[in-house]
Amino acid sequence: MKITERMLLSGNEAVALAAHNAGVALGTGYPGTPSTEILETFADLGGHAQWSPNEKTALEVGLGSAFGGGRTLVTMKHVGLNVAADPLFTAAYTGVSGALIIVSADDPGMASSQNEQDNRHYAQAACLPMLEPSDSQEAFDFMAAAIEISEQWRIPVLLRMTTRICHSKTIVKPRPLPPPSPASFQCDIQGRVMIPAYARIAHKKLRQKIKKIAAWNETSGLNKIVEGDQALGIISSGVSVVHAREAAPEASLLKLGMTHPLPLESIRCFAEKMDRCLVIEEGDPYLVDAIRAAGISVEGKDDMYRFGELNVNRVRRIVKGDVSQETPPPKGKPPQLCLGCPHRSVFEILRKLDCIVAGDIGCYTLGVLPPFEAMDSCVCMGASIGVGLGLRRVLPGEQARRVVSIIGDSTFVHSGVTGLIEMVYNPPATGHVVIIVDNGTTAMTGLQEHPATGRTLDHQPTGKVVLEDLARSIGVPNVHVIDPSKNQDQFEKILRESLQKEELTLLIARRPCILAAKKIREYEKAAEIAECECCAEMEE
Amino acid sequence: MAGKIANIIVAGLGGQGVLKASDIISEAVFLAGFDIKKSEVHGMSQRGGSVCSDIRYGEAVFSPMVPEGEADYLVVLSEDQVENNRHQLREGGVLITPSMIDENKLTNKKSLNVALLGVLSRNMDIDRSFWLDSIRANLPEKIHEVNFQAFEIGRSIGN
Repeated sequence: MKITERMLLSGNEAVALAAHNAGVALGTGYPGTPSTEILETFADLGGHAQWSPNEKTALEVGLGSAFGGGRTLVTMKHVGLNVAADPLFTAAYTGVSGALIIVSADDPGMASSQNEQDNRHYAQAACLPMLEPSDSQEAFDFMAAAIEISEQWRIPVLLRMTTRICHSKTIVKPRPLPPPSPASFQCDIQGRVMIPAYARIAHKKLRQKIKKIAAWNETSGLNKIVEGDQALGIISSGVSVVHAREAAPEASLLKLGMTHPLPLESIRCFAEKMDRCLVIEEGDPYLVDAIRAAGISVEGKDDMYRFGELNVNRVRRIVKGDVSQETPPPKGKPPQLCLGCPHRSVFEILRKLDCIVAGDIGCYTLGVLPPFEAMDSCVCMGASIGVGLGLRRVLPGEQARRVVSIIGDSTFVHSGVTGLIEMVYNPPATGHVVIIVDNGTTAMTGLQEHPATGRTLDHQPTGKVVLEDLARSIGVPNVHVIDPSKNQDQFEKILRESLQKEELTLLIARRPCILAAKKIREYEKAAEIAECECCAEMEE
Repeated sequence: MAGKIANIIVAGLGGQGVLKASDIISEAVFLAGFDIKKSEVHGMSQRGGSVCSDIRYGEAVFSPMVPEGEADYLVVLSEDQVENNRHQLREGGVLITPSMIDENKLTNKKSLNVALLGVLSRNMDIDRSFWLDSIRANLPEKIHEVNFQAFEIGRSIGN
């Protein structure tokens, strides 16, 4: 990316550029649409970015970096914050020495997610400041502001984006940002070791801190009023702001940039001046509930607008109070497994053998669609193994012997490992069969590396987790590695035998994703050349 | 609202170059000095499913999404995606589809998206040089020439 005075950037690119300009020392995360490009762009700009096995690990590494005084960025999609929720809540207690900015990229409307989750609740639940940009310029500005807030108040800050902010391109005028202080460790045992005695103190401190931040937010400059008629006042945040400006250009608008803790006095003052005050927000009634709980009378949207994204048409309807049925848009063509995808033959065989299939998250989830229809459940990253084991426990023997768990390589590393350990520890009477469909990449989000590819975020060779060795070492008795496209008959034969065996089996169906194969060969070749040059130098 | 906003929708199937085409339009408009917002949803949709991208430009653009039924131009890269996107077009809006291009004239059939941008460019008041600069900026050098040709083929068709 060439940095110029006026740029056309996606929200993700704008966050990365701000991180770069602010001298962020480390970016960690797990790829997840719509957040993925933030770390990729940060790396392209020369920043140090790395994919972690999952979001919990990413946040823990990020927290350590911020304990050491570094400016740190951790990125994930909305469901990823569930995985990272454990360290998140305690990170609020410990606080940070440097800056810790956690991006939650929500997906209202579920363009590529398994649920529609409004992560503004996490800010409230964990008691953390949260900023919500409404275009790419604000994504840049709010990333910069988040770093300032995090350093000033020594607290992690949530930067909440949504699909339309992450992936929309709008004009950005970037600017230089104040440089970071050098990283350095300062001992603070009471502040960072959360045994109950210290955590009780930390919780009280956190609540006091957030009260002070709430008072500061009344005049922080992050919330803006666009003057208009007093007949209608709109309170809004994130992408809903721009829909509202367009749908009701005559209205007064209070645009909230920091949505936790809320500037309730500013909101009260705004609402009191209006004949009618309406809250326009995408997803859950987060703002409207909080504002009403403060005793401020405002109007919210009908529950029908809780589902899916907002847009200008829908906001016009909300303003009018129109609750008539909406016309659904004509159906497009659904996505499908690529022609030549190595997962295809696996699903064909699973269907042929009439397996009960506990599935997982990745492009192989498309195995649920015709012509395969070979998936019976899909819940969250890693759930396939646990769900399969649970099914094996309760189903009558004949049905239990048909249960198979299927999981991708990246998903397995993310949160399948503990499922496999559970399988070894509590094996069902009928045994169990797990298939890792290993296509050598994180295909769903656009071909990212992961610990089992043996390459870092920027495709350089690094330590590699060998899945079959891992499985054998934790005690899975039967481990097979097969190319499912080349040896379809053999794959079917082994699967058939494994289902009858009443033992534990891991089948690794290994063949590179057809979209990634060419690039993987290039990376491997580059690594070979680098190794040869290294040997040559040593010989000299 | 300040000034008139022009609304463009590019639609097609994952893998056809819908996002690339919308990037090229966006950058041409950006280079011409307008305020611009481009919006898309990708992810699973990359895998052969319907893909759609919105571009809006003018003096000041608010929402990045084209309000339903208000597209001035609808560019569809796949004939079978015309019907499910037609509702996006405003009355009197311009529909641009692959049937307008003689594919045999294209050196590389993958440049169909750029040929359709040639057709679109006839309707938009954006200097030709910005289009060419944008194609240059968005595509690898070795396919510049093929795409310039495709663009001119589309541009010569008119509407």
